[in-house]
Amino acid sequence: MSQAAEGSEGGGTVEYIQHHLTNLHVGEGFMTWNIDSIVISILLGILFVTVGARVAKNATEGVPGGFQNFVESILEFVQTQVKDSFPGHHPLIAPMALTIFVWVWLMNFMDLIPVDLLPLIASWFGIGYLKVVPTTDLSVPMAMALVVFILSLYFNLKVKGLGGYLKMFLFHPFGKFAIPANIVMTAIEELAKPLSLGLRLFGNMFAGELVFLLIALLAGAATLGAGMLIWFPLQVVLDLAWLLFHILVITLQAFIFMVLTIVYLGMAHTTDH
Amino acid sequence: MNITVTLFAQMIAFVLLIWFVNKVMWGPLSGLMEARQKRIADGLAAAEKGKHEEELAKKKALELLKEAKDQASEVVAQGQKRASEIVEEAKETARTEGERIVAAANAEIEREVNQAKEVLRSQVAALAVAGAEKVLKREIDSKSHDALLNDLAAEI
Repeated sequence: MSQAAEGSEGGGTVEYIQHHLTNLHVGEGFMTWNIDSIVISILLGILFVTVGARVAKNATEGVPGGFQNFVESILEFVQTQVKDSFPGHHPLIAPMALTIFVWVWLMNFMDLIPVDLLPLIASWFGIGYLKVVPTTDLSVPMAMALVVFILSLYFNLKVKGLGGYLKMFLFHPFGKFAIPANIVMTAIEELAKPLSLGLRLFGNMFAGELVFLLIALLAGAATLGAGMLIWFPLQVVLDLAWLLFHILVITLQAFIFMVLTIVYLGMAHTTDH
Repeated sequence: MNITVTLFAQMIAFVLLIWFVNKVMWGPLSGLMEARQKRIADGLAAAEKGKHEEELAKKKALELLKEAKDQASEVVAQGQKRASEIVEEAKETARTEGERIVAAANAEIEREVNQAKEVLRSQVAALAVAGAEKVLKREIDSKSHDALLNDLAAEI
């Protein structure tokens, strides 16, 4: 907030947004470490595993109560999705889907924390930049999408065999009379899967965060300077509306990422493509 | 997009997280849920079995009851038959006994009648002698006429 206020009339807004969308990073070029994304995502992962482990440790085989019930219903939900979308059985799919769903949801949830709160707290400790939502850092969703892609490659090779996988490139989708077109089409199709998977999540969360920033700007420091306090009630209403809507969005995006992962891996895990 | 170390760090973090989730959460919890599912299924099957057994027992009880009823009515019928037999027997016995008593009484009566006749006969003889004595105004030698008198008495 203070940084934005320091900016000049028009530049203040741009600077405010840019500031919020810059990662806390060290290193340059390839060796760039986005410390905020890594730390926050790992902290959320640890939170997830810790809570999950505690529930699993205290879980009873009898009648589950309270939180165990809640956790089990999520597990069952994920299991149903896996059963519906993944042909055959692989022990890795269900825990992977659960991890994606909960982890992505937790990272998306950071979006619902007021946009200026955590950067403000960070600035007290001398940290100049902080991008709170890991999924608005393209590296995070793309990393997951790449893991899914590598796993689908492994499944393809394991289930179809090298020959079968190459055959899919050669004879799909137009049959054996259009082999060059088939190679191009299938390659695009295969590459589009992880790209769209990662970019969809990134795009949605980035856009959502941007809208939060714009709403914050409405009565934020930049406009407050111009004496437009009248916008403050409007900001509260808009923020609340977008917040409520965003609860849906973050859950939906986590769900979509999970389901598409299951579907892509399921497609890789079948022979008759 | 710049390909940076962050991407690879995130990939490693993701894989590790999946591994952890599988080890400490998914594995134990899904095993638990499966065990519970099995337990519930077992319970339901046991309940079903119990119900079935109860039905069988009910059927058997009904059969036993019916058999017992049949036996009871048979026993009652036999008893009634036996009772009527006993009554018949008793009637028969009573009748023969009655006949015997009647016959004995008749014999007694006859004997008494005969005895009375005998007494009467001897008395009549005596009366006749007395009458004749009076008619003849003389004493009849009872010794000489004894035979005659006895004949007369026998005739009466």
